[in-house]
Amino acid sequence: MRTAVAQFEIEHLGFLDPAGDLLGELPADIGSLEQIKRGYRLMVLTRLFDTRAVNLQRTGQMGTFPSSLGQEAVTVGFSLAMQDDDRFLPSYREHGAQLCRGVTLLEQLLYWGGDERGSDFQGPRKDFPLSVPIATQCLHATGIATAIKLRGEQQAVVVCCGDGATSKGDFYEAINVAGVWNLPVLFVVTNNHWAISVPRSAQSKAETLAQKAIAAGIDSLQVDGNDLLAMEYASRQALERARAGGGPFLIEALTYRMGDHTTADDARRYRDDEEVSKYWQQDPIPRIKAYLVAHAGWSKDDEEALQNDCKQQLEQAVKDYLATEPQPPEAMFDYLYANLPEAYATQRQQVIDKASTNPNGADHE
Amino acid sequence: MSEQTLIEAVNLALLHAMEQDEEVVLLGEDVGANGGVFRATDGLQQQFGPDRVMDTPLAENMIAGLAIGMAAEGLKPVAEIQFMGFIYPALDQIISHAGRLRNRTRGRLSCPMVLRAPFGAGIHAPEHHSESTEALFAHMPGVRVVIPSSPGRAYGLLLAAIADPDPVVFLEPKRIYRLVKEEFDANREPQPLDVCFTLRSGEDITLVSWGASVVETGEAATQLAKQGISAEVIDVATVSPIDMTTILESVAKTGRCVIIHEAARSGGIGADIAAGIGEHCLLDLLAPVIRVTGYDTIVPMARMEHLYLPAVDQIVTAAIQTMEFE
Repeated sequence: MRTAVAQFEIEHLGFLDPAGDLLGELPADIGSLEQIKRGYRLMVLTRLFDTRAVNLQRTGQMGTFPSSLGQEAVTVGFSLAMQDDDRFLPSYREHGAQLCRGVTLLEQLLYWGGDERGSDFQGPRKDFPLSVPIATQCLHATGIATAIKLRGEQQAVVVCCGDGATSKGDFYEAINVAGVWNLPVLFVVTNNHWAISVPRSAQSKAETLAQKAIAAGIDSLQVDGNDLLAMEYASRQALERARAGGGPFLIEALTYRMGDHTTADDARRYRDDEEVSKYWQQDPIPRIKAYLVAHAGWSKDDEEALQNDCKQQLEQAVKDYLATEPQPPEAMFDYLYANLPEAYATQRQQVIDKASTNPNGADHE
Repeated sequence: MSEQTLIEAVNLALLHAMEQDEEVVLLGEDVGANGGVFRATDGLQQQFGPDRVMDTPLAENMIAGLAIGMAAEGLKPVAEIQFMGFIYPALDQIISHAGRLRNRTRGRLSCPMVLRAPFGAGIHAPEHHSESTEALFAHMPGVRVVIPSSPGRAYGLLLAAIADPDPVVFLEPKRIYRLVKEEFDANREPQPLDVCFTLRSGEDITLVSWGASVVETGEAATQLAKQGISAEVIDVATVSPIDMTTILESVAKTGRCVIIHEAARSGGIGADIAAGIGEHCLLDLLAPVIRVTGYDTIVPMARMEHLYLPAVDQIVTAAIQTMEFE
């Protein structure tokens, strides 16, 4: 006899349609208007930052940079729901979440400008630096959550990865151990439909990425990642539950990578402009602005003040970034170990000498 | 003073570290109720509970990644990989994250973890249970690689590895896990990392080794002494970073050196030591530096592994060849 021994379903959550109109009645505990205004501001700032960073790269003033264009509601949404003493482990496209967590524009510019000091966050001291290797950070999140649990603290961990990352063992290993050890982790899978040139459809036969959580025995939800209200709400519920000992949760945030993978990529090689144009109709920023206009009396003056303020803040950060002196050459040795082993003392002196005779690295330009 | 085997010394070091510092936690496959397949963690879960001695799901990469997250939070995780042959899924986590976390955050976060693994051939184990690939880890910046060669050394170096503020790959030569009992002072004192230990002083030739091969190297020195050759024996112990000072001082004195390691020859740590000797005391040398090593092959299965392991007579022959060089 064959009988069903387990049954599952995946739900989708969204509150706003693409025009910013409500799809139905909002729950009573929806994010406060103050909170949503703060989120909107961060989304605007993130988009300005992305545009400026690409411009800095194009003009030779910064390194390769991955724009988060179009994904602002995902990163700002879950980070609004975090408490200061939670921990965040980004992938590499969560500039908005890092801003929300208190990583400064200057630190982010320094990082992408090739300066390790950009990961020495003065704000969220326990947050991880971003992870360039794919999905590896999911496991660090489980380690951090294990430490939190061992110490009996009421904090949660948020880790981000992309749709491509869900193909990796690190991701499966992390959701598996998070489930079996009931760890306070929120996994945010940012499904932006592209892993460089490989579309979501070629990444996995699974109908949703949220359902990958089922195999690990953890709850999940697919969320409209371009809907700030939905992202904040779903994340807040998951985090409150995790802090209270309710275990891990996985959100598949549906969004779209509007830009190239990075400034070193040209997405026109592998995807149609038509597809991209279609997703501009889903743009998360006008959507949440329309909501604020309709429900919070957001005015043209408010908008102008916000735009001016963000631009001013950004230009100051760019100015500070361009004026930041490089690190001393021996810095490459001085943080390798708590105390540099004697074996490396000669090499350390060599780089100091090299810098004094060849300060600009002319041979390799 | 107590008399212990090497595996008992590992267990005792873990016990003492856990008693001394409640941030020390153990994790790995079968380390809890079973006490580890070699019994390295025997009795520790019973004593400290499952919160501090964690049986993990079966995924080596996950074990390393978990340990990194714990260490960044200030715990001192000691993770066990059951055999070195299964450590490779974890390499990404060790090279990409454990060794880099302090540097890439300019000291804001660090990774005080230990990854223990039994390694080496000679116990007639199945395939994938016999490799000595310490050189892979020695090539990773920000990571220490430590290999004890005796019970007392295992005790003191493991305490040091656990106390160290940076990641340590601690490789235990399982061939000598139960070879001898040694009396040592289990005084809870760590022994120094980053230094070689001169086990025997000599005037004519320097024998450099680490891990289980230190046993054969010591025996070779005894046989050489009977032939009137006075060999100095150096146990490298921390194979990354290498304390070249001790080795160079010895070679400057003797003028001759044989390096003995179980790992494959090419790209091995012996090559690095020989290059260092060439760079720094070429004019002191009375003969070429010779290596006695495993072959550049896959470690053979049980019936032939004795042919792979550096043997006492190979070491003696190499030493005599060096002595007779003109």
